Amino acid sequence: MDTLSAPLTIAFDYTRSLGPVLGRFMAGLRDRRVLGGRTADGRVHVPPLEYDPGTHEPVTELVEVSPAGTVISWTWIDRPLEGQPLDRPFGWALIRLDGADTPLLHAVDAGAAGAMSTGMRVRIRWAPTPSGHIRDIECFEPGTGEPAGATTEPEPVTIMTTPIRLHYRHSTSVEESGYLRGLAEGRIVGRRCPDCRKVYVPPRVCPACGVATDEAVEVADRGTVTTFCVVNVPFAGQRLTPPYVVAQVLLDGADIPIPHLILGVPAADVRMGLRVAAVWRDRADWSTTPENIDHFEPAGEPDAPYETFAEHL
Amino acid sequence: MNGTAESRVAVIGFAAADVSVTTSGVETLAPVFEAALGQAGLERREIDFWCSGSSDYLAGRAFSFVNAVDAIGAVPPIAESHVEMDAAWALYEAYIKILAGEASTALVYGFGKGTAGDPARVLALQLDPYTVAPLWPDSISVAALQARLGIDAGLFSERDLAAVAAGREEASCVETLLDRPYLRMPLREHDVARVADGASAVVLAAADRVGGRRAAWISGIGHRVDPQGFGERDLTAVPSASAAAVDAGGLDGVQVAALHAPFTHQELLLRRALGLPDAVRTVAFGADAMFSAGLSRIGAAAGEVMAGRASVAAAHATAGPLLQQNLVCVLTAEVAA
Amino acid sequence: MRRAAVLGTGQTHHRTRRTDVSMAGLCREAIDRALADAGVGWEQIDAVVLGKAPDLFEGVMMPELFLASALGAAGKPLLRVHTAGSVGGATAIVATSLVRAGAHRRVLAVAFEKQSESNAMWALSIQPPFSAPITAGAGGYFAPHIRSYIRRFGVPGHIGALVAVKDRRNGALNPYAHLRQPEITRESVQASTMLWDPIRYDETCPSSDGACAVVIGDQQAAEASERQVAWIRATSMRTEPTFYAGKDHVNPRAGATAAAALWAAAGIKDPLDEVDVAELYVPFSWFEPMWLENVGFVGQGQGWKLVESGETALGGALPVNPSGGVLCSNPIGASGLLRFAEAAMQVMGRAGEHQVAGASTALGHAYGGGSQFFSMWVVGRNP
Repeated sequence: MDTLSAPLTIAFDYTRSLGPVLGRFMAGLRDRRVLGGRTADGRVHVPPLEYDPGTHEPVTELVEVSPAGTVISWTWIDRPLEGQPLDRPFGWALIRLDGADTPLLHAVDAGAAGAMSTGMRVRIRWAPTPSGHIRDIECFEPGTGEPAGATTEPEPVTIMTTPIRLHYRHSTSVEESGYLRGLAEGRIVGRRCPDCRKVYVPPRVCPACGVATDEAVEVADRGTVTTFCVVNVPFAGQRLTPPYVVAQVLLDGADIPIPHLILGVPAADVRMGLRVAAVWRDRADWSTTPENIDHFEPAGEPDAPYETFAEHL
Repeated sequence: MNGTAESRVAVIGFAAADVSVTTSGVETLAPVFEAALGQAGLERREIDFWCSGSSDYLAGRAFSFVNAVDAIGAVPPIAESHVEMDAAWALYEAYIKILAGEASTALVYGFGKGTAGDPARVLALQLDPYTVAPLWPDSISVAALQARLGIDAGLFSERDLAAVAAGREEASCVETLLDRPYLRMPLREHDVARVADGASAVVLAAADRVGGRRAAWISGIGHRVDPQGFGERDLTAVPSASAAAVDAGGLDGVQVAALHAPFTHQELLLRRALGLPDAVRTVAFGADAMFSAGLSRIGAAAGEVMAGRASVAAAHATAGPLLQQNLVCVLTAEVAA
Repeated sequence: MRRAAVLGTGQTHHRTRRTDVSMAGLCREAIDRALADAGVGWEQIDAVVLGKAPDLFEGVMMPELFLASALGAAGKPLLRVHTAGSVGGATAIVATSLVRAGAHRRVLAVAFEKQSESNAMWALSIQPPFSAPITAGAGGYFAPHIRSYIRRFGVPGHIGALVAVKDRRNGALNPYAHLRQPEITRESVQASTMLWDPIRYDETCPSSDGACAVVIGDQQAAEASERQVAWIRATSMRTEPTFYAGKDHVNPRAGATAAAALWAAAGIKDPLDEVDVAELYVPFSWFEPMWLENVGFVGQGQGWKLVESGETALGGALPVNPSGGVLCSNPIGASGLLRFAEAAMQVMGRAGEHQVAGASTALGHAYGGGSQFFSMWVVGRNP
C-alpha cells in the first residue's frame, strides 16, 4: 500500500543580535564600507572574527579594507537556489579583499562561467538600499575599486533579520496511512501491539515494546476525558482563538488517549471523567486527515468513575 | 584515545537500512535494532546504554529524535543519550561510557531521511549565521570551491576525482565520467555522493562481555574539529582528521579504510591528511545516508575485520562544511597486549 | 572509578533578549566566568561539550560548528549533545564521563539558548501534515498532568503559588536571574492571569537568552585547584517514551528510576536527610512537589506537604532552587546545566546571597521532552 505524504514548509524571520564586532561590521556595510578585524598576530580577517583564535580575547580593532579584491577560488551555479544572491547563473567565489588576509564567500555576477578565473579582480556591487546586513553586498562583479575612506564610525547595528524558509516532504508510515484512510471513511482504526496487547490510536510502533503493532482494531468515536487544560493564552503558531479546552480523550477501545478540543460546553464545566463524543465535519469534506473530527462534545452520559481512567494519567 | 588492554571495547554487531520510511526513523529502526542485536547475540534488555545521532534540520522538526526512542521499547526506562551529530560521535560517547565503567554494553544508532528536504540548502544553515548563511550557499557549491583549491594547488586533477568516482560506481570508466557536464565546476554529478535515507546501528561491548563472539576491537578513537571560517584554515588540509588519527593511535598497519567523503575530492584530501599509503584498500563510499553514514563507516570497517578480510581497519566520519570535523576509529582483529 | 569534580562555574545575566551579544558572545560570557572561577586557562581545556535544545530555536544547524573557534574548541574534540530540556544536565554528564574514562584532564561543558533569535512556541508548534491542529503550547502540554497530580492526591490549589513566591524571591538574591521579584506575594500570584488552567502566569517560567559553563576536572586537576571544588559523587540519566499505554505523567518511571540509580551510586540512603540543597528543573511551579516525590525525597502525595511546611525555602530542611530556578531564568538548553552548576556552587560555597549555609551535598536535576528524559547529579564538598 502506498503511504501518504505531503509538503511541509517551515519559515521564520530570525532576529540575530550581533554584538559589538559584527554590529560594527554590519554598520560599515550600511555605509558601503568593509571592516576587517585585526587579531593579535596582525592579520586582518574579513568577515571579522569576534574572538582572536590565538589569544581567545575579544577582537576590538576594526580596520577598513578595499571593496575590491581577488578571487582565490570559484565555482559556477547554473540554476540558483531559493534565497541565493542572484536569480540568474552566477559564480560563487572565495574573495580576498585588498587589505584583508582572509577570503570571504560571495556571489560574482560574471554572466558566464567562462568569465570566471582564479586570480580575477572583482569589486562589490552594493545593494540599492543598505540596511546593515550582509546582503548589503548585493554581489561582486568584475572590476576594481578603492576604499571609501575613513568617516566617523556609525552606531553599530544591533539586530539583523534573516528569513529562513525550508521545504520538506513529510511521509507517513504504513500504519499511519491506514489510519488516515480509515478517517476518510469515518472510522477510527487503531492497532494492537502483539506483545503487550495494548491498542494504539493512531497506530504506530508500540513505544513500550519497540515492535510494530499489527492487528487492526476499530475503536469508538466517543470516550472519556482523562485530563485537560483550558488554554487562555495566545502564542506563536497557535491555530485556534483562546480560550479553548484541550483534553486527553481516551476513546472506548483504545489504551492511550488522544488530545482534542472539547466544545459545546463552557470551559468551566469540563471535568475529568466527562464522557464525550466526536463531532465530525460534513461528510463531503472528509479526507485523509484527523481534521475530519472537528471536536468532541459532551455525550450526555454519566461521568466515568476516576478509577476507570486513573491509570491513563 | 586508546583503551588499556583490560578496558578494551569491541564492535560485536552492525546493521543498516538504506531506507527511512518517516523522518522519525521509528519504523526503520526497529528492524535495524533487531538485526544488530541478533548479530551481537544480545537481547534488547541486555543493553546498558543507548546513544543516537540525528539532526532536527534534516527532519524539519524540533525534537525530531524524540520519536525515535519509540523504536527501542524503553519501558522500563533505559540509560540513553543523543548527539545532534552523525552517530559516529554517538558511538564515541558510548565508547567513553564503557571505558568509564558506566556501561558494559551499548547500542548506538543513527538515522535520517535526507531526501525529505533539499540537503544542499539545509546544510547552508551550518555556516556562519551572520555573514555566510544569509546568502544560502549550497553545500555542493561550497565543496566545489574546496575542490578547485586542491586542483589549483596541484594536489589532484579532475581525472583523479573521476577515478575515485569510478571506484564508487559499478561499471563506470574515467573517460566516460569526464565527458559528463559539470554540476558545479570543477565538480560533476559523480563527484557528489548521492544523499540517501538510512539508518544504522552498532552494538558495543566491554571485553568481559564479548565472550566468544565475533568482534572487531576498538584500538583507538579520536575526533577533532577545525575552525569553520573559510579563511581560518588551509581548506586543502584537514588538520582535524590528521590529529584525530594520531589520537586514535595512528594508522600504521591499517589494511583497509572506510572513509566518509561526501565528495570525491574529499576522499583524496582525507587520504593525504590521514597519510594512507596507496596500498591501503578503501571500502567504497556509496550513498550518503546523512547522520548515520559515519556510524555505518565504522560498521563497515568492523565488518572487514570480523569477516577476516583485514586484521586492522580504519573508519572515518566527517561533519560540517568542508571536512570541518572528523573522527577516526581503528579496529583490530585481536586484542592488543 | 576515577573521580571527577567541578572546578568552576559561570553563567550569563539571563534576560528576555540579550541583544547586546551574539551567540558567541553569550557563550563566552559564561565560559570566561567559568574559567576564571576555576582558575583554569584556555590551554588547559582538553575538550569541549556543547549542549543546546533544538537548532530551530536559533535557526542554525549544529551551531557548535560555526562557534568552534569562539568556544576555544578549534583543534580539540567537540561534542554536541541534545536531549531536549534535560540537555544541560546531559552535557555535564557527558563531560564527566570523558574525565572518568581517563580521556581528558579538564573538559569545558557549555550550554546555551538564544531564544530571542526566534520564538520557541513557534518552533515547537510546527504541525506536520496529517496531524490534528490541536496545539496548546508548552504550558498546555504540562497543565493536564498538573491537574492529574492535584486530582490524584487532593492537593490544595495554592501550592503552585507558594512555590512561585519562594522561587521568585530566591531569584531576587541571584544577580544572574532573569526574573527578580522580591515583592511577590501569594495573593499577587493568585491574582495573575490564568494561562493554561491550572497554570497561572506567575507560575510559569520566562523565555530567556542565557548560557552556562562548567569546568570539570579529574582528581589531579581537582587537587591542583586552589579553591574548593565540587566532587561529582554520582550521575544518572534515564529515558522513557513520550507516550505509551500506562505511562504515568505525574510520576514518570524514568525520573524515579534515574533517581534510584543516582542515590545508590552516591551511597545516599535517606535523600531528605543527606542532601542539603536541591536544584530541581521546575518550569511550572507545580512541578516542585511532583519532582520532590518523583526523585524520592518524600513519598507519593507528600511533596505538596513539604512545600506547604516551608521546608523547601531557604533556611528549611531542604532548600529547593535557592537560585530561583527555571521559574526565574529559562534559557532552555542551558537551564539543566544551570541546575547542575548551581548545585556545585552551593557545595563550593560560592553561591553568594543564595548560599545554603554549610551545604555539603547537593542535587542537580533536569528533565525534558514529555517528562521522559531525566539527568541528575549529586555533588559534594568531599569526594
